[in-house]
Amino acid sequence: MKARERTAARPVDTRPVRLEGRRQKWTARARTLAWLLLVAALAVAPFVAGSYRTLLLTEILIFGLFASSFNLLFGYTGLLSFGHAAYFAGGAYASALIMVEAELPLPAGILAGLVGGALLAALFGVFCVRVNEIYFSLLTLAFGMLVYTVVFQAREVTGGSDGFNLYELGSVSVAGRELLLGHPQVFYFVTLVTVVLGVALLERVGSSPFGQVLRAIRENSERVDFLGIPVRRYRYKAFVIAGAMAGLAGGLIAPFLRVAHPQMSHWTTSAEVVLGTILGGEALFLGPAVGTGVLIWLESLVTGRTVYWPLVMGVILLVLVLFLPGGILGTLTRTYRRVRGSGR
Amino acid sequence: MSTSSFVIHLLNAISFAMLLFLVSVGLNLIFGVLGVINFAHGALYMVGAYAAFQVAGAWDVPFGVALVVAPLAVAVIGTVIEVLFLRRIYARDIAVQLLMTFAFVLILDDLVRLIWGTGIKATPRPELLSGAVSIFGREYPIYGLFIIVLGPLVAAALWYFIERTSFGQRVRAASTDRHMASALGVNVPVLFSAVFALGSLLAGLGGTLAAPLRSATPSMGENIIILTFIVVVVGGLGSFPGALTGALMLGLLNEFAPLLVPRSEMAVAYALMAIVLLIRPRGLFPSPALTT
Repeated sequence: MKARERTAARPVDTRPVRLEGRRQKWTARARTLAWLLLVAALAVAPFVAGSYRTLLLTEILIFGLFASSFNLLFGYTGLLSFGHAAYFAGGAYASALIMVEAELPLPAGILAGLVGGALLAALFGVFCVRVNEIYFSLLTLAFGMLVYTVVFQAREVTGGSDGFNLYELGSVSVAGRELLLGHPQVFYFVTLVTVVLGVALLERVGSSPFGQVLRAIRENSERVDFLGIPVRRYRYKAFVIAGAMAGLAGGLIAPFLRVAHPQMSHWTTSAEVVLGTILGGEALFLGPAVGTGVLIWLESLVTGRTVYWPLVMGVILLVLVLFLPGGILGTLTRTYRRVRGSGR
Repeated sequence: MSTSSFVIHLLNAISFAMLLFLVSVGLNLIFGVLGVINFAHGALYMVGAYAAFQVAGAWDVPFGVALVVAPLAVAVIGTVIEVLFLRRIYARDIAVQLLMTFAFVLILDDLVRLIWGTGIKATPRPELLSGAVSIFGREYPIYGLFIIVLGPLVAAALWYFIERTSFGQRVRAASTDRHMASALGVNVPVLFSAVFALGSLLAGLGGTLAAPLRSATPSMGENIIILTFIVVVVGGLGSFPGALTGALMLGLLNEFAPLLVPRSEMAVAYALMAIVLLIRPRGLFPSPALTT
């Protein structure tokens, strides 16, 4: 009874699934154009910004992919995972292990991250998709902390609390020039390509018929069930895809920071993407990435001045929850639409 | 294993279970009535431990005073959180409620670091309870036995309060249907504040009792909240017998699993939770409302 009330209280997305004729074509073109502009701007950025900003931007891109993968579960499917960092860390350790122990090059490491995240999600997903709402949050949290406990204690394999270090990223030759992969600008472009591919895949999944079913599950899983659609199987697939993309982000973070660390699987890391997602607004595709980016940027500003970053983050979260429902992007688009007078 | 060491381990398990029970039952009470999972419950437990340290450790006031003052202080903090913040978002999505309580985890954790620093704060055991008794020829600290006795007493008091008083009757009514209760003249907002305060008090009591046992550290809140979540998920959210059963199961596993396989206690706890959720997705004592 209670659960039903809560579902009903949620603001229902009443926007039409498809716009008509010309307008649809125009919107689709505008979207593509916006995407191209964004990617172009990101490609130019490291030439304009200094190395510190390039490093910051790399981190923002990686966490943007991580947050977008989380939102496939939260924003699309309505499943609030509090242990998504497990797959991020799974990817980080997989890539570090592959690159150090098997001595394979960076692309193999990044790919190993994707596989690692996917495998871990495929395992835990079996349990997690069976339970609903709050139980889902608690179970994902518990599995996340299980991963944390394991990587923390399996000192022989993971290096325990010291983390698992990797030092050499090697180099590639492009047009006759040797480029060190560890160089901030070079690694930025490796990150950009990977993140764009990952985010594009998530966008495709989200706007496909599969993604529509996920949204239907979010709005009313009972009704979807009555339509004969296997809710659990859809949830499971979404869970594994989200895990794989979080793993891909993890596959980037380990070579970026040159370490895979237990903290990456800790629930506070999971909470950081939850926070970023809410900050940006989960109803829009880029909301989570933008919110997480803002959060990392803020963190870089604040940690220079005070060690009490969590306190600042807590207050920001409190203000957001109370005064900015829908997040930054959500509030902006709402205001824009009101000003334009379209009523939506 | 000899009988004596078995009994000692058993006592350890039960005293830890009682501590877990006190914290879990507070979480369950709040969830059962308000429908909110309080992420900050562990942080309140931690604040209780630090408050106990401040009173009994730093100010050197008898522990008996801390046992009253520290939980009450936590209850006051809980009331402030409920009245000023949580109250505004009952109508919103459950995710929003989780997030707000998470904000308080961040805030309380950092405030504790700000006030007491990051070091370990040890609270001396109360003189009356600092000795040991001989059980099967082994020494066992009286303080452990004190917790074992106190747990069931609090459980009984809580049961009486919810089942036998008129206030408890209104709590149960609001838990079943808050709108109907409100229509029948129950002041639901005040009731919610009181329930949140009582739940916080229980977390604070758990923290106070833990202070002389395991010292106060900034990470104690998140350690206990994970265990508490396992307890309530295994037992069933909102259920008092569930909290007791879950706490006992986890207490026993925590004590005996490492004897068989070293360092396995957390892995076994998670395994327990996964198995229970597979067989009974809503815990061992599933309930639509608060049950005692």
